[in-house]
Amino acid sequence: MELDSLYQEVILDHYKHPQHKGLSPTFSAQVSHVNTSCGDEIILNIILEDDVITSLTWEGQGCSISQASVSMMTDLLTGKSLEESETIVKSFSELMASKGTSAGDPEILEDAVVFAGVSKFPGRVKCSLLGWMAFKDASIQAQAQ
Amino acid sequence: MTFSSKIVRKDFPIFERTIREGKRLVYLDSGATSQKPLSVIEAESNFYKFNNAAVHRGAHQLAEEATDAYEGAREIVAQFLGSPGGADEIIFTKSATESLNLLAYAMSNAPVGNRFALTSADRIVVTEMEHHANLIPWQQLSARSGAELAWFKVTPESRLDLSNINEVITANTKVVSVTHQSNVLGTINPLDAIVARAHEVGAVVILDACQSAPHMKIDVKELGVDFLAFSGHKALGPTGIGVLWGHMNLLDELPPFLFGGSMIETVTMTSATWAPVPQKFEAGVPNMAQAVGLGAALNYLTNLGMDNVHNHETVLAGYILERMLEIPDIRIVGPTDTHMRGATVSFTIKDIHPHDIGQYLDSQGVAVRTGHHCAWPLAKCMNVPATTRASLYVYNDEDDCDALVAAILGAQKYFGRF
Repeated sequence: MELDSLYQEVILDHYKHPQHKGLSPTFSAQVSHVNTSCGDEIILNIILEDDVITSLTWEGQGCSISQASVSMMTDLLTGKSLEESETIVKSFSELMASKGTSAGDPEILEDAVVFAGVSKFPGRVKCSLLGWMAFKDASIQAQAQ
Repeated sequence: MTFSSKIVRKDFPIFERTIREGKRLVYLDSGATSQKPLSVIEAESNFYKFNNAAVHRGAHQLAEEATDAYEGAREIVAQFLGSPGGADEIIFTKSATESLNLLAYAMSNAPVGNRFALTSADRIVVTEMEHHANLIPWQQLSARSGAELAWFKVTPESRLDLSNINEVITANTKVVSVTHQSNVLGTINPLDAIVARAHEVGAVVILDACQSAPHMKIDVKELGVDFLAFSGHKALGPTGIGVLWGHMNLLDELPPFLFGGSMIETVTMTSATWAPVPQKFEAGVPNMAQAVGLGAALNYLTNLGMDNVHNHETVLAGYILERMLEIPDIRIVGPTDTHMRGATVSFTIKDIHPHDIGQYLDSQGVAVRTGHHCAWPLAKCMNVPATTRASLYVYNDEDDCDALVAAILGAQKYFGRF
């Protein structure tokens, strides 16, 4: 069933058991993003120490795809340098723009390659990118501090 | 003629196709846009094939025919709404959104002494259940003019709270703009008390009829409102055509909003005077084929009989509500009985996000809308981040309602396995 390529087990697992959810009391930057078409919301806290992302925490509400994507992203980017994070974000953005033609690079994206299935559903690409757009914004703001 | 959605359905070519690998199309998104009968598609394309020319301009036969077709459509709209001043009170716009913006911007253009000139001493009234198209133009007019924006609240039973009507529509209120039927809740608003109070204080009443005009008999005289807006594409017509109706004496006093060709009487290098209503509000070459298509759509509805349409939808609303209330963990966001209610049903399912519900429904051929439905403040007031919405129309039947219920139960099973 086509739907199963969208709702893969690892996605629904992150949705049911979100990682890094609950905002840190302190942060280098805090951003709030919404998906204007469906009302999904996310607040993301980033702590940056010597260009290393030492903490990414979030609060939000939304569909399984947007919530699982944020959860997986925070897992993936915590502990990475800003430079590494740029490579990962770029790779994820390319995957989501691939319309199902790319399998994603597991070396870079690890579990997040399951979002290859989501890229076949144009209506859900924005859901997947909500947290990642918030991260881009937060990292720029944190660097400007 | 007896109404049969099975027969109606045959007039809509889109139902000949299938969805998601051969599934029957169960179209439950008419609140967003309706499907089109063949007569509408042909009226629009025949205009381009046989009569296309710029209306009110050319000195040739095609221009005459195009003008006749366009003005004929205006006549059909006037009949459809029971316009007391006839076709001259019908203004074609590109959408209901434009109709409402036209009013708000035209009011901004009103000089001191004009009844539509607003200042910080005045008040504009809306409701908490407005679509953004009937909220933001008034927020912005309020910001431009200094007039205060006030609104009727929505009760937990999804009805307008009119208990404080005299405190909301105050003596200094100039404009009251309300929706006839909520695009989210399905609630049909009672207008008598609002109209009476508004007129008592000298305010004009504007009705957003986007979700009512396609579904029930509208008679502007009976409703007692001063302006009414609706869109063609939700009423079986083409996109790109909307309607604004208003009383002639008010349209006369209202300044124009868009300026340019066709809307003038005389022009010099430094000044201009305006053509009579409705031309005063129709600058530029209008959406002619779309107006003609709308005429065909309203003829189609009139042939069905608007009372038949409304009865059909009330029966369907009763059926779908009854069936949906059998679903475990469902919350209907809107009235759960058919009293003063249309066939638009928004709902949430415990532990499954509306967007995920919508995705599963789509996999079963069931087309619905998810999100805040361009009524974000209402979603906040109902304490839901988003809902899934099924909105029914003339071509839907009990089978479609059953398909929705089966698909929701399927979604619960599908997402419940984790």
